[in-house]
Amino acid sequence: MTTLSLRAVRRFHLPLKLTVAVSVVAWLIAWFLEAPLSDWLTFSVFGLERGSHFGDAIAFFLLDVPKVLLLLLGIITVVTLIRGFFPPEKVRAALAGRGNVAGSVAAASFGIVTPFCSCSAVPLFIGFVEAGIPLGVTFAFLISSPMVNEVALVLLWGLFGPGIALVYMAAGLTVAMIGGLVIGRLRMERYVEDYVWALQGKGPAMVEVKLTWEDRIHDAWAYTKDLVKRILPYLMIGIGIGALIHGYAPTDLVAAIGGRSNPFAVPMVVLIALPLYSNAAGTIPIVQALLGKGMPMGTTLAFMMAITAISLPEFIILRRVIKWPLIAVFATVVTIGVLFVGYLFNFLIA
Amino acid sequence: MKKIEVLGPGCANCVRLEKVAREAVEMAGVEAEVVKVTDYGAIAAYGIMSTPGLVIDGKVVSYGRIPSAGDIALWLSE
Repeated sequence: MTTLSLRAVRRFHLPLKLTVAVSVVAWLIAWFLEAPLSDWLTFSVFGLERGSHFGDAIAFFLLDVPKVLLLLLGIITVVTLIRGFFPPEKVRAALAGRGNVAGSVAAASFGIVTPFCSCSAVPLFIGFVEAGIPLGVTFAFLISSPMVNEVALVLLWGLFGPGIALVYMAAGLTVAMIGGLVIGRLRMERYVEDYVWALQGKGPAMVEVKLTWEDRIHDAWAYTKDLVKRILPYLMIGIGIGALIHGYAPTDLVAAIGGRSNPFAVPMVVLIALPLYSNAAGTIPIVQALLGKGMPMGTTLAFMMAITAISLPEFIILRRVIKWPLIAVFATVVTIGVLFVGYLFNFLIA
Repeated sequence: MKKIEVLGPGCANCVRLEKVAREAVEMAGVEAEVVKVTDYGAIAAYGIMSTPGLVIDGKVVSYGRIPSAGDIALWLSE
């Protein structure tokens, strides 16, 4: 194992601790001032009428844009910082040599904290197979990683408290573990491309790069800034639609389509979400508005998870390493998982 | 003459890392060529899974993040 260490290169204008302290205080001030400020803007400065469709829509927009932005900036920075300690390379080392059951449990748990983007799905898959990790265990990880989505956690934690966020995490974990075990049982090794097997055992020992806290905080902040900048347009559109729903959509209509009395609401919203693929952040305001109009939690979550976890681009990228039958099984397991989470939450949160 | 390899299938971050690496070469004032490695097998052969990865003279110096040009320049002059 090679270890490299970097010489300190100063990244922030102020000393590290001061930078962190100033950021935290600024965030907290913004968080507590945000609601009264947007209220004051809408109803006193703009003179809009409380309770009118237009006034409510504008108030929702002004309240939500900064709120969602603050949540995203704060929580994604912290989550990214934590995830930095669990790179896939480390996870692979921890998983190698474990059996199907213990491996699936561990892999699903790692899936929560390990950074993952669909563009690294292929190197990740190859890396796991190369280390001799069973196929089922690899898939437990591949299912859990997008299912337990960091932005979904932001939404749940920030808007409904840690309790619901934890249940969501547990549900995703369960689906990933069972999915991994099922795929492991199906013996689908023949659907992995041959060249992947040929690579097995050829890689050199794992490389470890030492990072300082300053590096890590800087990386987390840079990642968050980049992510938020990229999703900002979707976020604005999402908040716009959310504001329209909030101000204009009749509560009866939403409740009738997505409500508890409709047993097909969950599969229906999943079907609607299938062709949509977007960053979860863009869906947050829509989701929030739908919840406000009486759509049950489970149905809403299923809608959001289907948009983010069932991703056509990822399936197509995976085609480079696995054949269609295995991709189909993977997609099916994720879809069933999303439906399960939908019904579970509808059942749990009445 | 140093050899810098940028490992990555071609996502946005890989493109950015290549740019940063070129900046670093100029900053360090050393002779170096920057090559992109996009083949999955070749990337896996370096033992890394999170892209983009950075290799200087055959040695992995970073993966899964974009180091600053200053850092890379330091590594180059070592």
